[in-house]
Amino acid sequence: MSLLAVDLPYWAQSLLRVLGGTVAVLLPAGTIVYLFLFKMMSFMQSRLGPMEAGPYGSMQLFAEVGKWLQKEDIAPARADLKVFRAAPLVVLMSTFLLVAVVPFGPDAYFTNFDAGVFYMLAVSSISTLGILMAGWSSANKYSLLGGLRAAGQLIAYELPMVLSVLGVVIQAGTMNLQVIVIKQNSDSIFGWNGLGYPYILTQFVAFLVFMISVQAELTQTPFDMPIAESELVSGYMTEYSGFRFLIFFIAEFATAGVFALIASVLFLGGWGIPFSWAGWDPTDLGSIDNWMNFGGPLIMFTKMMVLTALIMWVRFSYPRFREDQLQRFAWKVLIPVSLVNIMITAIFKVAF
Amino acid sequence: MGKPQIPGLLKGLGVTLGTMMQTIKPKRLGGGAATVQYPHEKETPPIRSRGVIALREDNCTSCMLCVRSCPDWCIYIEAHKELAPPRRAGGAPRKVNKVDRFDIDYALCMYCGICVEVCPFDALFWSPEYEYSEPRIADLLHDKTKLGEWMETVPEAPALEAGAEKKKGK
Repeated sequence: MSLLAVDLPYWAQSLLRVLGGTVAVLLPAGTIVYLFLFKMMSFMQSRLGPMEAGPYGSMQLFAEVGKWLQKEDIAPARADLKVFRAAPLVVLMSTFLLVAVVPFGPDAYFTNFDAGVFYMLAVSSISTLGILMAGWSSANKYSLLGGLRAAGQLIAYELPMVLSVLGVVIQAGTMNLQVIVIKQNSDSIFGWNGLGYPYILTQFVAFLVFMISVQAELTQTPFDMPIAESELVSGYMTEYSGFRFLIFFIAEFATAGVFALIASVLFLGGWGIPFSWAGWDPTDLGSIDNWMNFGGPLIMFTKMMVLTALIMWVRFSYPRFREDQLQRFAWKVLIPVSLVNIMITAIFKVAF
Repeated sequence: MGKPQIPGLLKGLGVTLGTMMQTIKPKRLGGGAATVQYPHEKETPPIRSRGVIALREDNCTSCMLCVRSCPDWCIYIEAHKELAPPRRAGGAPRKVNKVDRFDIDYALCMYCGICVEVCPFDALFWSPEYEYSEPRIADLLHDKTKLGEWMETVPEAPALEAGAEKKKGK
């Protein structure tokens, strides 16, 4: 990592990575919770949302975090304590591992390796493990039901997600997320490279399938059967309080942000601006101006906000799927659609 | 599948977006939330709201109808008889009931309004005033002076509708 053309010692690089990772997880989570969960949802219900803590309630999140930290850490008497306490951390860990592979700029990334997409898809299912652990160890039938539902749903929607990403991978010819970003910004559409070539243009179906699967992976509302608060009392989170609930809460919205980041990398051109604008050479990362290491994260943040706004908008608008509808939708609609998409992409890839 | 689902889904998104835009729009353009930021801005309740019950002490004859009809037993009246000057010159002095105590315990009252309905002498009135919470529950017992002060907040009775039956009287 040679950020700002300064060679840092290993310990400083590690420190920078840890700080960067924490910021990349917590900042989107906080922004999403305040802007969308508190304000956008309230506006959509003709309310004002929090108004008292800070100007327009902007400090409300700190108040809530303070409240959660004060609460007693309770566990049911018959809970499997070790698993019970580890579960929220496993879920949060999945978020941190996910953000590790997202490129934020030409040099601003945590890791950059060729199996990036594969790693991303593998790591995103760790949260399923955490949720299942939470549901099983709570010694509560509602939690168990919620955990089982979550496992069933997340497995069902993992598949269309993988398949929709495959379309992008076939078109880019690589699994390296950094290369995917560079390709999107340097390729040309029929010889015209004024806009680069964001894959949403050709992979729009894959984008839709990916966003729907993300919605389900996050157990956001149309797919919130696992946490159905009216029947399962928040499902696998029923027995959690205080700090551990806070971790689940942060993980939920941080994961929403990270998935939006990944979607913007895969479909919207990631951190880049079309290279033809600045005259950069796509084969040589060194030719990219250094300010992109600061501009890139901002561009990513903007794209993330747009995509999370979409996720939250859908969340606040639709009622919940029934369990059988949810499974049928995954297996009978999303998976065939993404398979057809892969086939067509492959045919075009070979033909052109 | 039956009916196509997509138009309905898009319409649903449109409804929430429309509501959000309406809420974000400034108040002077007819937007804004349905919320009233209560301690900062006061809500004006409709004039016939059941806020608090006011007492016009002169009209009260301590007939006890309100006390007996109150489902919560939250009205307390004590009275004594007094001699008042006769209505016509040379008549005998009248005996009238003077109210010593007229308390309503708002910690018990359930705002049914039966006492106001049942009062034959127009001594009890509804007032839309609602800000009289107290830190001590005992202070919610309003005595006759306090109940009399609420009379200032009682709005004028709205005019009768055209063609309404006039009150029969002598």
